Amino acid sequence: MSVVEKPEARRGGVTGSRTTRLLGLTVLAGIGLLLYLAFVATDPDATQKDAVRLMYIHVPSALVAYFAFTVTAIGSVMVLIKRSVWWDLVAGASAEIGTLAAALTLITGSIWGRPIWNTWWEWGDVRLLTTLVLFMLALGYLAVRRLEGTAEERAKRAAVVGLLLIVNVVIVNRSVEWWNNQTIHQESTIAEAAIEDLKAFTLFFSIVVGLGAYFWMLIHRFRLAWLERQDERFGLDEAITRRRAEADELVGDGARQGGRA
Amino acid sequence: MLSEILLVAGKDLRIERRSRVAINQVAPFSILVLVLFGFALDADRATLTNFTPGLYWVAILLASILAIHRSVAVEAGEGAREGLLLTGLRPASVFLGKAAALIAQILVVAGVLLGGVSIFYGASIDDGLLLVTALVGAVVGVGAAGTLYGALLGGQRTRETVLPILLLPVLSPVLIGATRAFGDAMGTVAADGWAWTRGLYGFAALYLALGVVSHGVMMEEN
Repeated sequence: MSVVEKPEARRGGVTGSRTTRLLGLTVLAGIGLLLYLAFVATDPDATQKDAVRLMYIHVPSALVAYFAFTVTAIGSVMVLIKRSVWWDLVAGASAEIGTLAAALTLITGSIWGRPIWNTWWEWGDVRLLTTLVLFMLALGYLAVRRLEGTAEERAKRAAVVGLLLIVNVVIVNRSVEWWNNQTIHQESTIAEAAIEDLKAFTLFFSIVVGLGAYFWMLIHRFRLAWLERQDERFGLDEAITRRRAEADELVGDGARQGGRA
Repeated sequence: MLSEILLVAGKDLRIERRSRVAINQVAPFSILVLVLFGFALDADRATLTNFTPGLYWVAILLASILAIHRSVAVEAGEGAREGLLLTGLRPASVFLGKAAALIAQILVVAGVLLGGVSIFYGASIDDGLLLVTALVGAVVGVGAAGTLYGALLGGQRTRETVLPILLLPVLSPVLIGATRAFGDAMGTVAADGWAWTRGLYGFAALYLALGVVSHGVMMEEN
């Protein structure tokens, strides 16, 4: 897909459309319902008490983060194979949302860990350490995306790092697991049907809302990146045209004044 | 191909022999890190001896960052990169040559550091063969990953700040594996050092392969 579009398409560009507004409103309504389910409709847990409610933001955040980075890796492959600008922007947008989700996962996990594990941070947990390293790697990826160079250079460089991101996550996960082969993370409570129906529904619902929010943000961030790319592409040409027009006006004025003299 | 690798490695090592950055700057920096650990841990000999493997490898990683910057910097100025491209050498040879030179320099620093931990921390070696094997495997991994990411950042003005952010999380498995293997070799940790050493060689092989495959792209871009 070509970067080149009519410069006019850039003017007055907005990132919203009827579909995204509908999606945004649906996600917003979903968040409202999720808040009701999480704080009012569901009961506290017998052992975790109210801390269990953090699960409704922690679990979807983690899943969205991993999903987002998978999309980044796929986008990176597509950039390297097809030199696709579209996929480059999708990979970058997805990585930004994934980084945000990973941060949210770490923060909510830490808040949950304080009353349940009696510590803000637990070194003996593989998933925790892997998520932290993933977050760090993602920050590196985003730093690489902001390096100088042409759009094509930046895209290819970011694609290599994006691809290595997944490779590194797997290596880190294996090594941490080997290093300290334990997790104090609770097992998948849904898989074991260990939580009651409404809690399970709320958890599933939170994942759906989380993914909905991800796609809403992805579309907007992608469109913003696209507009930025267009601006980068045509901004200089337009500035030169404006300066030339100004110069022409000045020359015209000078000529008129000279004629009068 | 071997002659090409030796050519590139020889070039970098000749530059190093003339500038003496690794010996005059990187090695003293790594010793300084060891001394700072001593201050930070209240000069407690028992604690320092116990944690020698971890402290040693953190010092190596920090020193390696400096060595990688240097390795990239020699290609960054005065059209050196363009010159390298114009030689017609295979990108894989350039990668392996630069990695070999970097590995050689880090190994020298690692040797200096071994002396440092035995003097400052009172570290002793129970299994010399395991220690040397693990050391070589880990340093090859650091050198391969460092060369790959260094090439990725190329002549970027901000590479001094971006490289550590990018590379240190990538090297965390090396830190874990090498620390465990050294812990076994120094008798401070009950771990299967040889199993960790195999893991270190696996990491090194993976990054050497990734570098060989992708270095061409990186050379074109930077």
